[in-house]
Amino acid sequence: MSYIKPSFRHPDLPSNDLGYTKKDYEGVLSTLCAGCGHDSISSAILQSCFEMSIEPHKIAKISGIGCSSKTPTYFLGNSHGFNSVHGRMPSVATGANLANRELTYIGVSGDGDTASIGMGQFAHVVRRNLNMVYIVMNNGCYGLTKGQDSATADIGSKSKAGSVNIYEPIDLASLALELGASFVGRSFSGDKHQLIPLIKAAISHPGFALIDVVSPCVTFNNNAGSTKAYDYVRDHLDATSTVDFVPMKKEIVTSYQDGSSKEVTMHDGSVIHLQKLAEGWDPLDRESALNALHTARNKGEILTGLLYMDAESQGLHDMIETVNKPLNSLAEKELCPGNQALQNINESFR
Amino acid sequence: MQKITAVNDFVIRFANVNGTGSASANNMFAKAVFRMGIPCAPKNIFPSNIQGLPTWYEVRVNEKGYLGRRAGIDIMVCVNPQSMVKDVAEVVAGGYFVYDNTKAIDPSLLRKDVTYIGIPLTEMCLREYTDSRQRQLFKNVIYVGALAALIDIEFCVLKDLVSDQFKGKEKLIAPNIHALEMGYQSAKENYNCPIGIRVERRDNVGDSILLDGNAACGLGAVYAGASVAAWYPITPSTSVVDAFAKYANRLRIDPGTGKKNFAIVQSEDELSAIGMVIGANWNGARSFTATSGPGVSLMSEFLGLAYFAEIPTVLINVQRSGPSTGMPTRSQQSDIVSSAYASHGDTKHVLLFPATPLECFELTADAFDLAERLQTPVIVMSDLELGMNDNMSSPLKWDDERCYDRGKVLSAKDLDKMERFGRYLDVDGDGICYRTYPGTHPTKGAFFTRGTSRDEYAVYTEDGDEYVKNMERLVLKWETTKDLVAPPELYQRKNGSDIGVIFFGTSTHASLEAIDMLVEEGMKIDALRIKAFPFNSEVEDFLVKHDTVYIVEQNRDAQLRSLLVNECEVSPQKLVPVLNMDGMPITAMNIKGQIRKNQSTDDVIPLRKKERGASIK
Ligand SMILES: Cc1ncc(C[n+]2csc(CCOP(=O)(O)OP(=O)(O)O)c2C)c(N)n1
Ligand code: SF4
Ligand SMILES: [Mg+2]
Repeated sequence: MSYIKPSFRHPDLPSNDLGYTKKDYEGVLSTLCAGCGHDSISSAILQSCFEMSIEPHKIAKISGIGCSSKTPTYFLGNSHGFNSVHGRMPSVATGANLANRELTYIGVSGDGDTASIGMGQFAHVVRRNLNMVYIVMNNGCYGLTKGQDSATADIGSKSKAGSVNIYEPIDLASLALELGASFVGRSFSGDKHQLIPLIKAAISHPGFALIDVVSPCVTFNNNAGSTKAYDYVRDHLDATSTVDFVPMKKEIVTSYQDGSSKEVTMHDGSVIHLQKLAEGWDPLDRESALNALHTARNKGEILTGLLYMDAESQGLHDMIETVNKPLNSLAEKELCPGNQALQNINESFR
Repeated sequence: MQKITAVNDFVIRFANVNGTGSASANNMFAKAVFRMGIPCAPKNIFPSNIQGLPTWYEVRVNEKGYLGRRAGIDIMVCVNPQSMVKDVAEVVAGGYFVYDNTKAIDPSLLRKDVTYIGIPLTEMCLREYTDSRQRQLFKNVIYVGALAALIDIEFCVLKDLVSDQFKGKEKLIAPNIHALEMGYQSAKENYNCPIGIRVERRDNVGDSILLDGNAACGLGAVYAGASVAAWYPITPSTSVVDAFAKYANRLRIDPGTGKKNFAIVQSEDELSAIGMVIGANWNGARSFTATSGPGVSLMSEFLGLAYFAEIPTVLINVQRSGPSTGMPTRSQQSDIVSSAYASHGDTKHVLLFPATPLECFELTADAFDLAERLQTPVIVMSDLELGMNDNMSSPLKWDDERCYDRGKVLSAKDLDKMERFGRYLDVDGDGICYRTYPGTHPTKGAFFTRGTSRDEYAVYTEDGDEYVKNMERLVLKWETTKDLVAPPELYQRKNGSDIGVIFFGTSTHASLEAIDMLVEEGMKIDALRIKAFPFNSEVEDFLVKHDTVYIVEQNRDAQLRSLLVNECEVSPQKLVPVLNMDGMPITAMNIKGQIRKNQSTDDVIPLRKKERGASIK
């Protein structure tokens, strides 16, 4: 591991615990449409990593294909990024993570990338509980191919061209819960107060963390009648709770009301503080999260916030019992059994 | 009737029912012959089914060491009433038919030119065992015992094999030896032993081993330091990862913690498997997958990404017969073109062609070095015949001084010394650029990997000139590759004929035998075995130097020939295909026949011979 500090620092910019400024976490200028929800999510990711003082080069960004999947170029320019193929980000992230368990993996995908072409890989990366943050920038359409309905478009939602979606939507949060996801959150690109602590908690979570972020496409799906338009989403948001993430070893300074508040201690000692709003919901109970999602959906509301977390989560590396050292750091000495062992093996073939 | 008489030169076939435990008994037979110092080549001929269908196991015993398949069955051991009609028909005139005579054989199956040897297998088992599974299993051991008497296998060799097989389960040794003895006695008491065909101890296998190519590939991956394996089950490649898992679990456990110095993931499909491999290699761990034709089709898009984004990737393609599901348990060499050019756009991949288990081991290990040196996919082209059958091979060896070639990778120190890092900047002029692993340096060396076009600094661009520059650099890298991959094997010191033969992989043994036959008949012929694609200059030379070149391969469309025509400056007319595609390994007689036929009709108009190198513009 290297702790080399960046040599140049702007005197006026605030720096984090490691001495990095926000600039150190920036990417190149976005080329997305002005007002695209995806850009807000990029900046929330950037902000979260900066505030958590993660060394930028210890993060790997991996995405599929789509407007959403382009965003990793627009944040964390000092991190390696991998814009792979459509719908296959989970497999690339899995391989990368297997190679080096010490980095933080941020996967970015779209609703088309995840809920259609990539559905198979999505389901399986959930099952494997790969230690990664999986952000779906969910706009209910295929932005990059000019606005076709995606599989998360709500039934009855109207496209810009005026056609009405006749198919049942796939709810990625419910699906992930059913598949055994160990961390599921939902948020809105326009609500960074909720999104940032959620991303931080997701990064701290030792396992698969899905955040389904409703992220309006201003160009193709922001019209009246669309259920993924800014106005519609703002009007129909319903939060499970407020979310506050307190990193490990930081003191909790805010005071919370008794009764409706709940603290969840994470694996690394960080604490998520939740000011509960949803009734009968317990963030540590999968069933109650599924119920809360169904209830909200029946009421035509979009339930956001931390929906579920498994505090006992074990990531893939622990499940398959790999060594603690990153596999990519092993050399001949650990990897190659040598000729003598091979000669013994030969003997078994005679 | 003239009964066949032969010593150490015959073909025996066992006809069994799938799922009855015959495989280990048949294997014991082959190993016994092998341990008597006689070269042999066993082959599984099995259905795509788990239980109940006919399955065959064929062994060519040949003291001269010809290991290719030979047509015609000299001894048929038929334990499957279902296939009996076909099995009787396959015996050559003068051959022997060993069967279970508990029930009398249908008189219509009696041929005058075949010797019938009945062993009451079912009856003996019913008498001896009460448990039905035991009855089934020991039936197999009994016929091996009978064969020992019939063809003179040294009984102590069989006994040793049983002891070795049941090491750790000693209780099973005595009952197995008892079953062998029952068979032996039955044959001895009822027949004149040995029959006309028999084995006799020789010293012709030297220090050889008998193992399947897939195990050798799996071991190659262990020795090459692969630490991430991702795969999706498909015959005939599954046992590659099985072997990797077996040996890694034995040899790659961290002594301090008991944890694994490797990761294996059975993925949800082949797309995912290759995606994981690419992700792991991108992140600096050696990683591979194994699959067969259908899997390669699914992996195509990702292979193109790995080619274009320049990520090391190792893929073992154990070919089977296509197209589509084809004959999934029969061998072919029919993914040559689809592997060489897998994916859309101008894409080409490095292929390696092993012909023996030793080469499966070596070329798999080399594939990791090449993939990292060249930063591109490398595909090891095995097939069912090599991968799933025990093949006689020189022993595996590893040079303990060997270091892995991790290719051009920059460290934090290297980066500190640099002005600006350009991921796709050809610093050395060989088309191969420097890469960095994620997490190397806080401020230098990060870049964005993508399948879209980019400039030398990995920045997205749609500038046509930048695109062309990059594509041309990839061609330069391809040229560099030619000097790095294994050169072909030439079977003569100097070319001495106008006629040449080219072959590769599992067509090798039969081709060499065919050449011996042709030479014996007075024909002059040069031979070359291709071991890698891209073809290096020796291959081009060979094409230039011969007027007629036979290309032996096991597919319908002469795929290697297409590749040669495509990639070399050679006139297609002088490349004559010698093909076999029925799913059974090609035989020497077949090759010889096709060459003979072409030579006699000689409709090939010999082209004027070109000078060395003259064809390369
Ligand atoms: C194999 C393949 N099929 C189709 C495409 C074309 N394509 C590019 S992006 C995209 C949809 C992206 O939608 P989404 O993931 O929702 O991303 P958004 O642009 O909406 O953010 C499609 C179909 C492709 N790149 N690859
Ligand atoms: S098309 Fe839609 S999703 Fe794509 S950048 Fe524009 S607003 Fe964003
Ligand atoms: Mg979308």
